[in-house]
Amino acid sequence: MTPSSESVRSVPTGPARRGPTGIEPARITAGQPGLENGLVTRDGDTAHIDARGVYYKTLNEQIRMLVGEGMTTVMLDNINGQRYIGAGISADHLTIMVNGVPGNDLATFMDGPTVIVDDNAQDGIANTMNRGLVVVRGDAGDVVGYGMRGGRVYVLGDVGYRVGIHMKAYGEQHPVIVIGGHARDFFGEYMAGGEMILLGLGDSSEPILGSYVGTGMHGGVIYVRGSVQGHQLGKEVSVVDPTPEDAARIEELVTDFCRVHALDATEVLSQPFGKIAPFTHRPYGKLYAY
Amino acid sequence: MSARGLNRFGEADRRSAGRPYGGLPAPGSRSSDLVPRPEYTAEAEERILGGCGLMGVCDESGGRMSGELALRSMSSMHDRGNGLGGGFAGYGIYPDFPYAFCFHMLFNDDVGKDDTEYYLARHFVILHHEPIPSKSVRGIEDEPILWRYFLEISDERLAETQLSAEDYVVHSVMDINNHIKGAFVASSGRNMGAFKGVGFPEEIGEFYRLDEYRGWTWTGHGRFPTNTPGWWGGAHPFCLLDYSIVHNGEISSYGINQRYLEMFGYKCSMRTDTEVVTYLFDLLLRRHGLSVEIACKALASPFWKDIDLMEKEDRQLYTALRAVYGPALLNGPFAVVLGMGEGMVALSDRIKLRPLAAARKGTTVYVASEESAIREICPKPDLTWMPRAGEPVIARLEDGVNLATSAAYDAVA
Repeated sequence: MTPSSESVRSVPTGPARRGPTGIEPARITAGQPGLENGLVTRDGDTAHIDARGVYYKTLNEQIRMLVGEGMTTVMLDNINGQRYIGAGISADHLTIMVNGVPGNDLATFMDGPTVIVDDNAQDGIANTMNRGLVVVRGDAGDVVGYGMRGGRVYVLGDVGYRVGIHMKAYGEQHPVIVIGGHARDFFGEYMAGGEMILLGLGDSSEPILGSYVGTGMHGGVIYVRGSVQGHQLGKEVSVVDPTPEDAARIEELVTDFCRVHALDATEVLSQPFGKIAPFTHRPYGKLYAY
Repeated sequence: MSARGLNRFGEADRRSAGRPYGGLPAPGSRSSDLVPRPEYTAEAEERILGGCGLMGVCDESGGRMSGELALRSMSSMHDRGNGLGGGFAGYGIYPDFPYAFCFHMLFNDDVGKDDTEYYLARHFVILHHEPIPSKSVRGIEDEPILWRYFLEISDERLAETQLSAEDYVVHSVMDINNHIKGAFVASSGRNMGAFKGVGFPEEIGEFYRLDEYRGWTWTGHGRFPTNTPGWWGGAHPFCLLDYSIVHNGEISSYGINQRYLEMFGYKCSMRTDTEVVTYLFDLLLRRHGLSVEIACKALASPFWKDIDLMEKEDRQLYTALRAVYGPALLNGPFAVVLGMGEGMVALSDRIKLRPLAAARKGTTVYVASEESAIREICPKPDLTWMPRAGEPVIARLEDGVNLATSAAYDAVA
């Protein structure tokens, strides 16, 4: 039986204790809940927030307050890791400029605004996004556009794993993701609708796409600029040549992407595209039927 | 009793200990029938779901950085953890005793401490021992007795046991963790130490006065316990010799890994899956002499379908590796950072089920669960990238072990 009463413990382990819960709070508080608002400066219908050290919840409340005031441009300076920027904001003619690396779930549930990130973005951007545009000038992480329902995401650089997972479309709602660089495994996993374009710009020494592309995919379409090998594909998809209608759609989307990112669309469009589409819209329809 | 439902020994308080089915009375039982469950009493009363956060920084030139760097980086990922575990490992932090094995100890009580000191005095030469310096910080309470011992092994003992110094230490760590009640070895390497406990990482870092240490490699961890108890010994990093592991995820292959390791004398005693990763790296790197690259390919091996596509030489290599090290394969979602005397390694699972970002500026390599945690301490890196699934990020000290254990390195620092 281990003696476990406090009476046996007599060795001090440091300076004399001042009580069971200590006195001083932790000195370093980055990323922690706090009441400090970011400094706001207004210039006409443009507002700046200095977001250095501002907790994500406070920051998002400030953004909503400024949107409520009728601001059409909100510039977020010194962003680092604040989550959920633009989450659930329903507004047209609103632009949120993010200077820095935003935290996870940027533009989640967003409905209408434009979000422009001048740096890299982390995981889960445009999660279940409904409407609007997200532009990332650098790379983005994993699960871009998770369950995305509408709007557009334009990432200039590379993206990680499971991009476009569970993307869906219905009626007028038609999500689009365009990636300038490379993408990793599980691109378009369980994709049910919408369009994705992978341009594969940049480093040409390695495959532009990982494995298990379109695993479980049963709707929507993926266009890839460059070649995709059979072993990279999931069991539910195949690569075919784009039809003239597809080519027109590729041109339309790539031209818009290149306009936003100041690229030469003619050059980007000069290489052939492949089309990845599912064999059937019900790949698992017979899974449990014998 | 702490507000989190655990007492200082990591045991659940009576309110939950009396409810063997996760807080609900067993069917047909009356409250007076309930007895504490024997084994898993250390579980918290309730669970909140989430994910851990981790970071690592290594200056390959051996320049030493304040521990505050790791503290700030972890603090920015505060929301990833839930305050049930935080910890850090620092390398190059003990310039006065670079050759000595430093045991960081957690003791439940004086009896565990006395027993351990009896054991250490019999098996080692104790060069120096002292409390691990700490200070009062709000949020850190019910800490165990924290003590560190700088140890050497006499030549007679080594000759008598016919073990290498490293194997001798591993035996001792297993002995203490498994046979001395209320005593746990938090770390046992040379010129390094682990600082861990129950709390948010920034609280733990300040509690241990991390900013007063300087090291060339730091790793940090904020814990969000899911399957195993949140207690002081169960906080990350998990260490053996110079190897320390911080981990986000869960090792689904724990059972087979544990049985495999038992064959080599490793006994799992920390009630958590992560410790197998530490022991596997010790086995593969130190005892089997594999390179870091190959060891990582054994732990996160390529899929058979990818091996089939390789050139003949690689195909044979990876087929052999999977055949020999099948039981060492780590399955399930994970991202880990391994700190070691020679540098630092970050590795994620084979299909990237946990986040990992990396960056480099000059000779310094950074990794973290979120890129923002890197930018917090390195706003403008030369290069940022997303490590591939199963592909290690490796930082190597230019002078490796010599630097780590040489008294001459102060010339560098």
